[in-house]
Amino acid sequence: MNVTSTPPLPAWGMGGAENEPLLTVEDLHVEFATRQGVVKAVNGVSYALRPGETLAVLGESGSGKSVTAQAIMGILDTPPARIPKGRVRFRGTDLLRLSEDARTQIRGRRISMIFQDALSALNPVFTVGSQIGEMFQVHEGVSRREAERRAVELMDRVRIPGARQRLHDYPHQFSGGMRQRIMIAMAIALGPEVLIADEPTTALDVTVQAQIMELLAEVQRESGMGLILITHDLGVVADVADKIVVMYGGRVVENAPVRDIYRNPAHPYTRGLLESVPRADRKGRELYAIAGMPPDLLDMPPGCAFAPRCPYRQDNCVTEPVPLYRIGATRGSACHYWREVLDGGHG
Amino acid sequence: MAATGSPILEVRDLVKHFPMTQGVLVRKQIGAIRAVDGVSFDLRRGETLGIVGESGCGKSTLAKLLMGLERPTSGSVRIKGREIAGARESELKGVRRTIQLVMQDPYTSLNPRMTVGDIVGEPYEIHPGAAPKGDRRRRVQALLEMVGLNPDHINRYPHQFSGGQRQRIGIARGLALQPEIIVCDEPVSALDVSIQAQVINLLARLQRELGLAYVFIAHDLSVVRHISDRVGVMYLGKMVELGGDAEIYGQPAHPYTQELLSAAPVPDPDGRERRRRIVLQGDPPSPANPPSGCRFRTRCWKAQEICAQQEPPLQLRPGTWHESACHFAEVYDIMRRPF
Amino acid sequence: MSDTTIPRTPGAPGAPGAPGAPGVPGAPGGRRARHAKRPAQSSPQGPRSPKDPGGTGTPGADDARPAGLWSDAWHDLRRRPLFVASAVLIGVILLMAVVPQLFTSVDPYDAVNCRLGDARQAPSADHWFGTDNQGCDTFARTVYGTRVSLLVGLSATVMTVLVGGLLGLLAGFRGGWPDALLSRVAEIFFAIPSVLGALLILAVFRTGTVWTVMLALSMLAWPMTFRIMRAAVITAKGQDYVIAARALGASGGRLMFRHILPNSVASVIVVATINLGVFIAAEAGLSFLGVGIQSPSISWGLMIADARPRFLEAAGPLLFPAAFLSVTVLAFIMLGDAVRDALDPKLR
Repeated sequence: MNVTSTPPLPAWGMGGAENEPLLTVEDLHVEFATRQGVVKAVNGVSYALRPGETLAVLGESGSGKSVTAQAIMGILDTPPARIPKGRVRFRGTDLLRLSEDARTQIRGRRISMIFQDALSALNPVFTVGSQIGEMFQVHEGVSRREAERRAVELMDRVRIPGARQRLHDYPHQFSGGMRQRIMIAMAIALGPEVLIADEPTTALDVTVQAQIMELLAEVQRESGMGLILITHDLGVVADVADKIVVMYGGRVVENAPVRDIYRNPAHPYTRGLLESVPRADRKGRELYAIAGMPPDLLDMPPGCAFAPRCPYRQDNCVTEPVPLYRIGATRGSACHYWREVLDGGHG
Repeated sequence: MAATGSPILEVRDLVKHFPMTQGVLVRKQIGAIRAVDGVSFDLRRGETLGIVGESGCGKSTLAKLLMGLERPTSGSVRIKGREIAGARESELKGVRRTIQLVMQDPYTSLNPRMTVGDIVGEPYEIHPGAAPKGDRRRRVQALLEMVGLNPDHINRYPHQFSGGQRQRIGIARGLALQPEIIVCDEPVSALDVSIQAQVINLLARLQRELGLAYVFIAHDLSVVRHISDRVGVMYLGKMVELGGDAEIYGQPAHPYTQELLSAAPVPDPDGRERRRRIVLQGDPPSPANPPSGCRFRTRCWKAQEICAQQEPPLQLRPGTWHESACHFAEVYDIMRRPF
Repeated sequence: MSDTTIPRTPGAPGAPGAPGAPGVPGAPGGRRARHAKRPAQSSPQGPRSPKDPGGTGTPGADDARPAGLWSDAWHDLRRRPLFVASAVLIGVILLMAVVPQLFTSVDPYDAVNCRLGDARQAPSADHWFGTDNQGCDTFARTVYGTRVSLLVGLSATVMTVLVGGLLGLLAGFRGGWPDALLSRVAEIFFAIPSVLGALLILAVFRTGTVWTVMLALSMLAWPMTFRIMRAAVITAKGQDYVIAARALGASGGRLMFRHILPNSVASVIVVATINLGVFIAAEAGLSFLGVGIQSPSISWGLMIADARPRFLEAAGPLLFPAAFLSVTVLAFIMLGDAVRDALDPKLR
């Protein structure tokens, strides 16, 4: 069975690194007009995704990781949202300059997305079969029968037991894990080149999470699509990602291949996060905790957004904007003192 | 965190079935959801018992039963020797000074229209004997200080605080009556990673300083491990394994525990290819219609005929040092992992 | 650790970094602090006040005073332009109802002041709003009509809120058979066509006075308030903070009036202010049908009903009381909005 329209790429994982980027986000800014003022949700984010690669975007609530994804998909409500600056290039074309019609052609077909809450993302009054089949009817103009046949095929592919019998069931008749599988089926129906998964397993139990992550990896292996995995879960990232982008206060604070980050983080925030995770060897001890709270997006400091909570902070952190320093060929850290951070310890 | 003395909380064969009814005028019971189905354990002073399990395993219902918020179908809950199962609200009132609750969602567990001072001080209004009227404000401020909040913020409203701070307010409210037991129902799962550690440290510190005993209910295995002295694993309303934290995490004997531990992602990419993983197929069965015999048998790779016929009791099994409910319990050293 | 920026509160000893007052948003001056900065609606992290990273939270003089929902709401209301405007307007209207003599020297109840020969005059210096079919001064009649209209509207509103609101609170909170019983009764009242129902009820009393009209209107209107209140209470009842209060041992009364009522009253306030206008207008309809308040009493409704047949010849006698009616209803709706917002700390 082949649902993809692109030829499968040879490599999965880091092998894609030689290829041209599939999707790049360049200096993206997104702001929201609210009653209290302008919320600067994304402040100059850049990252690149290559074919077959899994890029994890790691961040806490308010870090701008989901807003960036919504900007890529073009599903932000404008207003209140506004993209004052930046580019989203997909195979060289800047999506932000395209007309709404042209974007609709790409959305769902070449770039698709799955969400945390699969129940609310599915329409409760239609059967799952008709919702999956609709993808084919609308985008490829196939007959109802054919659409149904392909819906069954897809449901088999995402391992929904008894696909043919369950075709006419409604979303609420499925468990949380099965609903997420249905979402994945719809997302990969048209063979997208990029799949964005926004906290796909946060609402699921660990055993079901393991199943879903395995399914995503398998789909990716077969089709060679690029996967952007948005999550706050350090464990999930370590399990599946090739590269990581860590976001904080609407900025990328660190990016690196997955092993580098876990072995030796180059940004104080990443280091703090990794050290605050409870582990067997930390039992009975006080956990390291990043003091304070995330920044106020209404009132971003001119310097480093993490400075108020940072153990490495010096005077210039508060006043000078921090560029994303390059560390070697594959890494970057938005910290003036990344050398000290790499050396370890808490300042 | 050393547990001492006789149990402060004794739970025996606790059962809660929620009836399922049908019909508009005449309601007929057509079945029951067996949310909690025969759970027993003890909790000693100053001890932390972690309860882990997936959604639908009955852990939240268990919390409500311990708090007397739900009436058990049968079984017994004794707090310092006093039976609370089936007790009337007036009888429960005294017990509530001993056992308190910290809830999961810091955004819904605080009344948005009350000030922090009123929220934390409400226990004193409900139990006027706990603090003389003139002293309450001072006590509320002391509580806020104890949980790491600015006592001058007594007149603020919950929405003016972040999630982590709101959870601290909830903890301060739970501490007001100087309870000896606190039931924590997923107290950190709604919080961001960097804030989680702050709240876990706070709970650990309060336990040290005040000698509290915790029933710590969560789905995050690593958080439970960090804070617990003993851990119970629940599946479909049953406790399937109960033991010290090192035993449960290091030498799990029940296949479900082994599976749960192997499924949990580990924040360490090195050796992710080597890691052995048992991925279960399918979803847990419905608690309205659990399988006969062992409830886990439908998803278990060890299941044999006896599992469908005989329910394995929670007991010590040959070759293991803690209780488990499996006919084929066998220590399996799954965890050479750092978490 | 960054102990330099985040001061540790005295209650958090030896906890490196962790529980030390994580960036408690302190702001100078208690009262001002509370109204200072609001969090971004879009940010789930809630409020932060990084302007004062020191977080020392200097206690302001005002912070010594214990705050509460109602006192804070009142404090907040006084500085809302919407509230001040509506309050002034309502004050004038109330004054008009109590002492109409302050506003006009003409007593429209005295037949001497109406001359048929002056009927249907246009507004002039003598008659600001012109005269009606009987040659009475429209301005004076409008001013004097305030009392009856406002009495009917306010009393029926108060009655429906009390009856519908309390029964809704009870039904929603208790559930079970009290809820089933009250809901069925409310549905029966819902099913009665309102005009027919009012005709019937008023026919029983024979005379149309302020009080019988009020009774008829509230009997037909309470089920709506009941339903809205009941739904809001059921939503609020399942909230975690109510469960938390139960876990503390709170009594049913405390749960209802301290936790559930303040969180479910908003929609009732909105409906009540809209109902007020509906009641004043409905009183007109009943007068028109001959079962409501009758002449020689004066009410806006009656005036509108009287002027209607000759509206094309003389619009004033209809338009002026109608305008007073609109302004009154508007003032109360504004008041309701302001009160509702003031009772929501998030909107302050």
